[in-house]
Amino acid sequence: MIPRPFFLMILAMLALFCAPVGVLAQDAPAIDRSATGGASTLDDILARQTKQKLDDSYRSTDIGDPILAAPETDPLGSLGGISQSEDWRALRYNKADITVSARSPAADVLMQDGGMAWLAFRAGPLSTYGGWALIGTLGLLVLFYLIRGRIRTDGPLTGRKVLRFPSIERFAHWLLGGSFILLGLTGLFQLFGRHFIIPLVGHDAFAPLAIGGKWVHNNVAWAFMIGLIMVTVLWVSHNIPNKHDLKWLAVGGGLFSKGVHPPAKKFNAGQKIIFWAVIILGLSISVSGVSLLFPFELPMFAATFDVLNSIGLPQVLGFGVLPTDLAPHEDMQLAQTWHSIIAFVFIVIILAHIYLGSVGMQGAFDAMGSGEVDEQWAKEHHGLWLEEVKAKASNAKQVGPAE
Amino acid sequence: MKSMYLAFLAIAVVAVVAYFGLGYAGFSAQDAGSSPSVRLN
Repeated sequence: MIPRPFFLMILAMLALFCAPVGVLAQDAPAIDRSATGGASTLDDILARQTKQKLDDSYRSTDIGDPILAAPETDPLGSLGGISQSEDWRALRYNKADITVSARSPAADVLMQDGGMAWLAFRAGPLSTYGGWALIGTLGLLVLFYLIRGRIRTDGPLTGRKVLRFPSIERFAHWLLGGSFILLGLTGLFQLFGRHFIIPLVGHDAFAPLAIGGKWVHNNVAWAFMIGLIMVTVLWVSHNIPNKHDLKWLAVGGGLFSKGVHPPAKKFNAGQKIIFWAVIILGLSISVSGVSLLFPFELPMFAATFDVLNSIGLPQVLGFGVLPTDLAPHEDMQLAQTWHSIIAFVFIVIILAHIYLGSVGMQGAFDAMGSGEVDEQWAKEHHGLWLEEVKAKASNAKQVGPAE
Repeated sequence: MKSMYLAFLAIAVVAVVAYFGLGYAGFSAQDAGSSPSVRLN
């Protein structure tokens, strides 16, 4: 049974996450533009100023109609019947038929409307909720430590050591973990540096730091992906769910009360959750990251939206049909947004993992440090695995060395 | 702890190899989006 303080912690966490909920943009009421012949009215301007969501299709579609073109003999004939305002609107909404000399994939997109929405999301909800999620998680871990303290073995340590992770597994773990920490820090640096680092060190010092951080982020990403593949290959067979996981979960893994040691093999249910979260989030963040590493070369969202639309998932969830005709920049903006959201979820999970693997639990770091754990520790946290190890050792002794 | 330090070293090696390797192979955004001459057609 979970003690009362932990319920209070959960309530505190919920309150923390719900606190920064802001006011969402409201739809502007329908505006009568008959007095202006369909052009913007004062109500449009006021709606924009109060940040109401405005349907601006009256402008984006008003870019001239060849059928209505005035003949060349008319005053507007030299423009082919299209006014200068209509030309500007065509440029504004990226609907003008243009030719550019640059040959990069997105060079012919002169104005990309989604950029402002992306920037507003990145500087607003993404930073706010992401930042609160990290602060909330750290606060929660401190609270957990204050209530539960360091989880120690109930029985006395035996001094007898058992090899828990061989060197190749430890190498893969640290390749993944070390690169993740570098990627997390440099990613946060890119997102929050403007707000927190520039006021401390100034613009001139921040510029090389930002460039260096970006270099680290872009290139260390490959080590992360190699580590992810290694960890998947080495541990996937140990992380298939089994009946013991239900017992482990039923008592909260014994994390919340002393003397409770549910049975577990090499990985317990909590570690399996972390493992599958790392694999799924790691894969997702890698794919979106590679898309960002090669700008415009590997767009993924238009194709993803197409697949989602075809199975009807967005429609069921109330998002309607997702757009599949995306400007190159829009695809990159969506990739960056997705990459950041996944990163925040990932960091929150890994913070809990780092806590339990270091200060939170006596002897846990040894498993990934030296690779060896005390027999008593193994008995309490991975009893079934210890039995397997002992059985194997016993069999090996009985068989004896080959002659 | 040797495995941990070795992994940290490997991260640095992979990063440097990725940077120079991808640049040498022409997988750089700068190379992909530019050329010595500009087409004016």
